[in-house]
Amino acid sequence: MRIVRSWLEDFVDVRKLSDEQLADVITALGLSVETTEVVGTPIAGVVVAKVLRTERHPEANKVHRVWVDTGDGGERHVWCGAFNMKAGDLVPLATIGTKMPDGRDILRRGMFNVDSEGMLCSAAELGVASDASGILILPPTAKLGRNVFDALGIARDVVFDLDVTRNRPDCTGHLGVARDVAAKLGKKLTPPKGDGAKKGAARKVSVKIVDDKACARFNVTVMSGIVVGPSPDHLARRVLAAGMRPINNVVDASNLVMLETNQPNHAYDASKVASGFRIRFAKSGERLVTLDGTDRTFTADDLLICDGDDRAIGIAGVMGGANTEISTETTEIALETAWFDPTTVRLTSQRLALRTEASARFERGVDPQGTEYSIARFAAILRQSCPKLVVHSGASDPQTKHLPKPAVVTLRVAQVNRVLGTSLGARDVSSLLTRIGFACTSKKIAAKKGSAVAAGPGFSVKVPSWRPDCTDEIDLVEEVARHVGYDALGKRVPQSTQSGGLSQVQQRRRSLRDLMLSFGACEVMPNPFLAPGDHEKAGVVVAGSDGRAGLALELENPLVAEESVLRTSLRPGMLKAVAFNLAHRADHISLFELGHVYPPSSSELPDEHEQLCIMAVGVDASVAVDWWSQIVSVFGVGAQLDQSRVPDGYHVTRGASLTRGKHVVGYVGELDRLMLAAHGINERVACLEVNASLLLTESPKVPAAKPVSRFPASDFDLAFAVPASVTAAAVQRALRQAAGALGEDVSLFDVFRKTPTDSSRGLAFRVRVRATDRTLTDAEVAAVRTSCISSAEKLGCTLRG
Amino acid sequence: MSEASSPAAQVAAVLKVAQDALGAAPDVDTLRRVANEHTGKGSVLVGLKSSLGSITDVEARKAAGRAINEATQAIDALVAQRLSELERDAASRAAAGEAMDLTEHLGRRTRGHSHIVTQAWERLEDVFVGMGFKVAEGPEVETDFHNFTALNMPPNHPARSGFDTLFVKHGAAGSTLLRTHTSPVQIRVMQEWPLPIYAVMPGRVFRRDTPDATHMPVFHQIEGLVIDKGITFAHLAGTIEAFTKAFFGSDFTSRLRPSFFPFTEPSAEFDVRSASGKWVELGGCGMVHPNVLRSGGIDPEVYTGFAFGFGIDRMAKERHAVADLRDMYANDLRFVRQF
Repeated sequence: MRIVRSWLEDFVDVRKLSDEQLADVITALGLSVETTEVVGTPIAGVVVAKVLRTERHPEANKVHRVWVDTGDGGERHVWCGAFNMKAGDLVPLATIGTKMPDGRDILRRGMFNVDSEGMLCSAAELGVASDASGILILPPTAKLGRNVFDALGIARDVVFDLDVTRNRPDCTGHLGVARDVAAKLGKKLTPPKGDGAKKGAARKVSVKIVDDKACARFNVTVMSGIVVGPSPDHLARRVLAAGMRPINNVVDASNLVMLETNQPNHAYDASKVASGFRIRFAKSGERLVTLDGTDRTFTADDLLICDGDDRAIGIAGVMGGANTEISTETTEIALETAWFDPTTVRLTSQRLALRTEASARFERGVDPQGTEYSIARFAAILRQSCPKLVVHSGASDPQTKHLPKPAVVTLRVAQVNRVLGTSLGARDVSSLLTRIGFACTSKKIAAKKGSAVAAGPGFSVKVPSWRPDCTDEIDLVEEVARHVGYDALGKRVPQSTQSGGLSQVQQRRRSLRDLMLSFGACEVMPNPFLAPGDHEKAGVVVAGSDGRAGLALELENPLVAEESVLRTSLRPGMLKAVAFNLAHRADHISLFELGHVYPPSSSELPDEHEQLCIMAVGVDASVAVDWWSQIVSVFGVGAQLDQSRVPDGYHVTRGASLTRGKHVVGYVGELDRLMLAAHGINERVACLEVNASLLLTESPKVPAAKPVSRFPASDFDLAFAVPASVTAAAVQRALRQAAGALGEDVSLFDVFRKTPTDSSRGLAFRVRVRATDRTLTDAEVAAVRTSCISSAEKLGCTLRG
Repeated sequence: MSEASSPAAQVAAVLKVAQDALGAAPDVDTLRRVANEHTGKGSVLVGLKSSLGSITDVEARKAAGRAINEATQAIDALVAQRLSELERDAASRAAAGEAMDLTEHLGRRTRGHSHIVTQAWERLEDVFVGMGFKVAEGPEVETDFHNFTALNMPPNHPARSGFDTLFVKHGAAGSTLLRTHTSPVQIRVMQEWPLPIYAVMPGRVFRRDTPDATHMPVFHQIEGLVIDKGITFAHLAGTIEAFTKAFFGSDFTSRLRPSFFPFTEPSAEFDVRSASGKWVELGGCGMVHPNVLRSGGIDPEVYTGFAFGFGIDRMAKERHAVADLRDMYANDLRFVRQF
């Protein structure tokens, strides 16, 4: 909302405040001043000049030559593209060296070898009005050579752009802002006077409200004696400063009233609405060409203003129709001042994507009791350009039972102090509220049962009609806080009896991330929204919480189709990130993500959980297995590495599922070559995917300390030829069992194959044995060794030399 | 060596020979062998020692014994000295043979880089944990109830349209959505945690926004919630101030300006600034609206509370002077590895 300082000053005396101070006051009231813009700044170098004569140039038809005098007796020549001046007229001349507001520098520039000694200016070029159709003709009394702004009496002004929050409809009008500022500064509010002229003969236009909920008040007042023409300059300048375009005196008056009182209104050519008004919902498919020239189609939820013949002439609260527009021939108007249901206006405005100054105000709620004053202000403003204006009595003003009535709210002083931490007295509270229009009637209030708010003084507060946002006690507490000033409420740190800290899950999440970083992986955050087909392309089988295959969830209203599917796996996004970095020739690509996935579910919410995915380029499956084994050791969790269940999307002979009984908790290995190729990845990619929610929520048993043996250990190495069908893990398990209580560690330390693809291979294990109570004899060690060998041989292994 | 020589003269002669031989020994083995020749079994000194008994003159015998002992000690000391010299020589020869240029560093990448949003997120958590807060979490796909209705925005509430919500096809139309803010976690915490509550809620949030330099459809917020008996607006301002100093530095200060949010009242925007700088708007806050407390099953006549929230991404963006938010989500290693 653009608030013009000079306009505000009409209603409250803020002369002593600088622009910055005034902006601070307004901001501190909750009406955040976003920008402060200086308008009407005099432009140095633009002076009053008299046209001496004009002359056409034979070769130029779009410009002519003008000779002017700036009072120094000399003649200056300028080329000019406007033809609206004649000899003797006073015009603004921007002299050589003038810097125009649009950034142009006025230079000595010519055509046809004749220089121009400056530029004649339009009102728009000077920023004093919107008229750009010709050169601004100055009043004949202006003194030659004087700065044009001084000559016109145009003063510097300031426009504050306010970010008015939704709860302050009153402050989308200058009067509302002035009321708050006056209260804050302890100044008197002087609202502008309405038109006091005697009302003319009764002229009634019939009004029929068909839907009494959506339209709860519809005043139509007839005015005559109107001559449509431009507004006086000072009014046009105001319209312009407030960010609207001056049209003509009637439309400008309408807009000025709205900008001042926040009451939108609409002037119809009375001759075009003689049949009266009907306010009803549209018939589905009904159409109207609105003032902006657009042909619009309506639904049954859009409220229309129709004439007595039921012909649509406007969208209620949004925009009028072209068919009843004011024209230069208009001499009588029917002025509509109404109250429409905010939700109805909002939904129509949204549906039509048509947000207007009027709809923005109606959807926040205008003052249901502001009608008469707005009409009087309209007349007062229009009378400045139409001295013969007659406001006819006998206006139609139907009001329905749905017209909001002023709320009456009980306010406990103790509650104010309890919420704000203040120690205000009853009088402090009522004086703050009264200044902004709330009528406070004292009453003693008993304590509510179980309430922490003590019995004590309070008020029955009548909320002013322009504050539809105030309906509850807490709304009034906020009003008190605003006017006390947030800065005055103090700063105290609460004395918490709680101890802060991360939960175990949160601590484990940090450890997990740290472990990924220690693997050399960088953290990425791919988009959780996928394109249709992304899951399938990455080999991801979408499964719900019941484990059954299904469809991934979709967005109802995606921005683009490529981002319409909710991921059930991190793999597709990670593959995109890997491919992106490969395409940018990054080296040592290793990435991880720790993020949410959203598999479908039949519960109230999807089966959302946290997932971990880590990938590295150019390394084989053993790296992924190593990641997993480190997770196992750091997090004290476990799962079977089951290579008989190769996950989709993984290398068929280098992938495994991590299982716990029937449940799959993750995947490990290398990704499938063809699947990678489909993503433009032509290198090996090791990958580990784990259900992180499971990993993080588990709390492994805190281990109790075992005494460390003081006796020496004995190691022996065993190398076996192991058939392809026997896994290393099986051999290791057998050795561990065979070593029994004396076995301290069994580790695989070498793998040897004749050829890289040879599946039958040699595995070398180192077995470390130790007793807690003695040094083992050679015979004891030999016995363990023999037992280990025979158990491996049972699996089909052969001991090698 | 003549029989006629005195024992002392013999000892002196032996010592001289030994000293020369030890000094010339080129390596440890030679040294040990030479030492043994002069002080070991069958050496002249040992022979002299065993023949001491034949010297009848007590004084002469004592003098001879002393000379033998001194010579033996002198040889031992010389051996020790030479030994350490030879070891040092050997070590320095070995070292010379394994010379390394320590700038021949292969620059193997050993540790990854966490996302700058994660870094900001954890820094914020740590500050709030230090202030006595716990950390709460909630689902990213939320119910309409938790995201809106419970936060004092019933169906058709005008404020809802300001959120540009992404809805999920799940359950009844419009019932499931991607949370537009972290505030629904407030409701879950109120419903599930014991009172009093001192919690912050960081998390990922979603808006139907076209990505540009300052907006992403997926971004992150952190929200704080305090509910206790006797909590006032001054506690809100005090907490914001304490956070500002802890997170940005002790020369920073904060201020609250009145604003409007459906879920808090009185509501405020909070700004921070350094001693020399300009006010910068950081986030929104306010006293928890009584209707929201009721939604969370808490009696507003007994408890009061405050809430505050702001963006995490912006903290990361400004800390590292990132010009365009989209860079933070491009997953480009050239970007990620900078931090």
